[in-house]
Amino acid sequence: MNIFDVIGPVMIGPSSSHTAGAVRLGNVARLILGEAVMEARIGLHGSFAETHRGHGTDRALVAGLLGWATDDLRIPNSFEFAETAGLAVTFSDINLGELAHPNSVRFNLIGQAGTRSDVTGASIGGGRVQVTRVDDFPVELTGDFATLLVTHHDQPGVISLVTAVLGQQGINIAQMRVSREQKGARALMVLETDQTVTDEALRAIAALPPVERARRIQID
Amino acid sequence: MKPCALSLRCRPWRGRDGFKSTERGGARVAQKLSLQQWIAQAEEKNLTFAMFCLQRQAADLETTEAAILARMEALLPVMRDSIQAGLQGHRSVGGLVGGDAAKMAAYGAECPGNSVVGPVLADAVTMALAVGEANASMGRIVAAPTAGSSGVLPAVLFALGKSRRLSNKQLAEGLLVAGAIGMVIASRATLSGAAGGCQAECGAAAAMAAGAAVDLCGGKPAQVGDAVAMALKNMLGLVCDPVAGLVEVPCVKRNAGAAAQALVAAEMALAGVTSVIPVDEVIDAMGSIGAALPAALRETARGGLADTPTGREWAKRLFAGKGEGNSTET
Repeated sequence: MNIFDVIGPVMIGPSSSHTAGAVRLGNVARLILGEAVMEARIGLHGSFAETHRGHGTDRALVAGLLGWATDDLRIPNSFEFAETAGLAVTFSDINLGELAHPNSVRFNLIGQAGTRSDVTGASIGGGRVQVTRVDDFPVELTGDFATLLVTHHDQPGVISLVTAVLGQQGINIAQMRVSREQKGARALMVLETDQTVTDEALRAIAALPPVERARRIQID
Repeated sequence: MKPCALSLRCRPWRGRDGFKSTERGGARVAQKLSLQQWIAQAEEKNLTFAMFCLQRQAADLETTEAAILARMEALLPVMRDSIQAGLQGHRSVGGLVGGDAAKMAAYGAECPGNSVVGPVLADAVTMALAVGEANASMGRIVAAPTAGSSGVLPAVLFALGKSRRLSNKQLAEGLLVAGAIGMVIASRATLSGAAGGCQAECGAAAAMAAGAAVDLCGGKPAQVGDAVAMALKNMLGLVCDPVAGLVEVPCVKRNAGAAAQALVAAEMALAGVTSVIPVDEVIDAMGSIGAALPAALRETARGGLADTPTGREWAKRLFAGKGEGNSTET
């Protein structure tokens, strides 16, 4: 935490966890989808389900899906902007179980080119967020660092292919986590890096034969 | 599904609260800061507390002192605008608050001589309500330290700024002092109402504002520490019991109360009144009181004012409107 986390952020009220954090969750979900969102089914769990209206959580989530920042004055009117942009949104209450954080949300997104992504995350306080699931993969993703998401076929040597590209580009890996649906099936690599993943590195990784999809997540 | 085949961590771990932490015997321990240590160092170097904080922050963030002050100064117009927005009297999203800052301003303009508390505190109360109401109506604010307590610091700084004709640079120094105090509170206790009750939000904001006020009025670093300790002591035990879970009742008026506590503590410290309990220990006490509070009194809207007949009635009315009335579905 630095001094500008205490005096700041500049944000649209009324709640850092229910409003600013919700915008950020929308931002991260949009970046995980990797293209403009056209359809969003948003499931609200716990406190998000109970008090989303009074906190503007619903409008903040939509603002995040539109790619806006947490201090964007248009946030209270995000629904109207979504309609103009052709983004169709529906809300429902969901139950993610006792263990889920009370401020949790699940997005089922469909993008401009038809890409689908399911993203589950929580607003964990002070506007900070944590994504816990992407599609069928459990993840731990905060959006605080430059992050690379690589969906690939689970086979020996993929990790070294991906890390070799990053190494050649001078991109240092801070944290890394790999999970898979089952042995030999689809797998997801989440890499948090010290430097921004360049377009060149992203293209090179996406072109690797075992790689299905490579996405970059960076906020701010 | 196998959850995780490989997990590497190659840098100091950052906890949920964003602190750099060190691995110690498997447990991750956030580094505790000490306001007493900083105060002693400032006095040793014969610096004002603002100047000490400025030097320290420039070193910590690897930037220049001018850059830090400029960034703080850039927050002042946002704070000023939030006061102006609140004075417009917009109704909050939940509909429980709005218009009280405008009433205070009108009362002050109508009969300035009638103020019970005098111009500085009357201004501070008006501004604290204004920012609280702007926040509750989805206006733009500076979280300081949180959105729910965002009215306290601008109220104290701008009320003093008006009466003492302080420059933007001086006000930016005030923000810096407040931020440094907030960092210590975050490291030793918490700044979250869900974790520590309202004492951790409005209480911390009062402590931060009190320290800033003393420094702006020419107090010594030790007096800054005493003001922080006394403001926080007077807010200890305050629970977080928002009606219907919204940042409206009692949050907005508690911002006004916290601003008053900040000014009271600053006044005492400047007069030479000292805190018997040292400031770090007061902060630690706030943390342990917060941990001892039952969950019903920590932002869950299950206790206190939220659980009064009127509080429950409001919650029922607001939640009954779900899916109908002024529907927000797109």
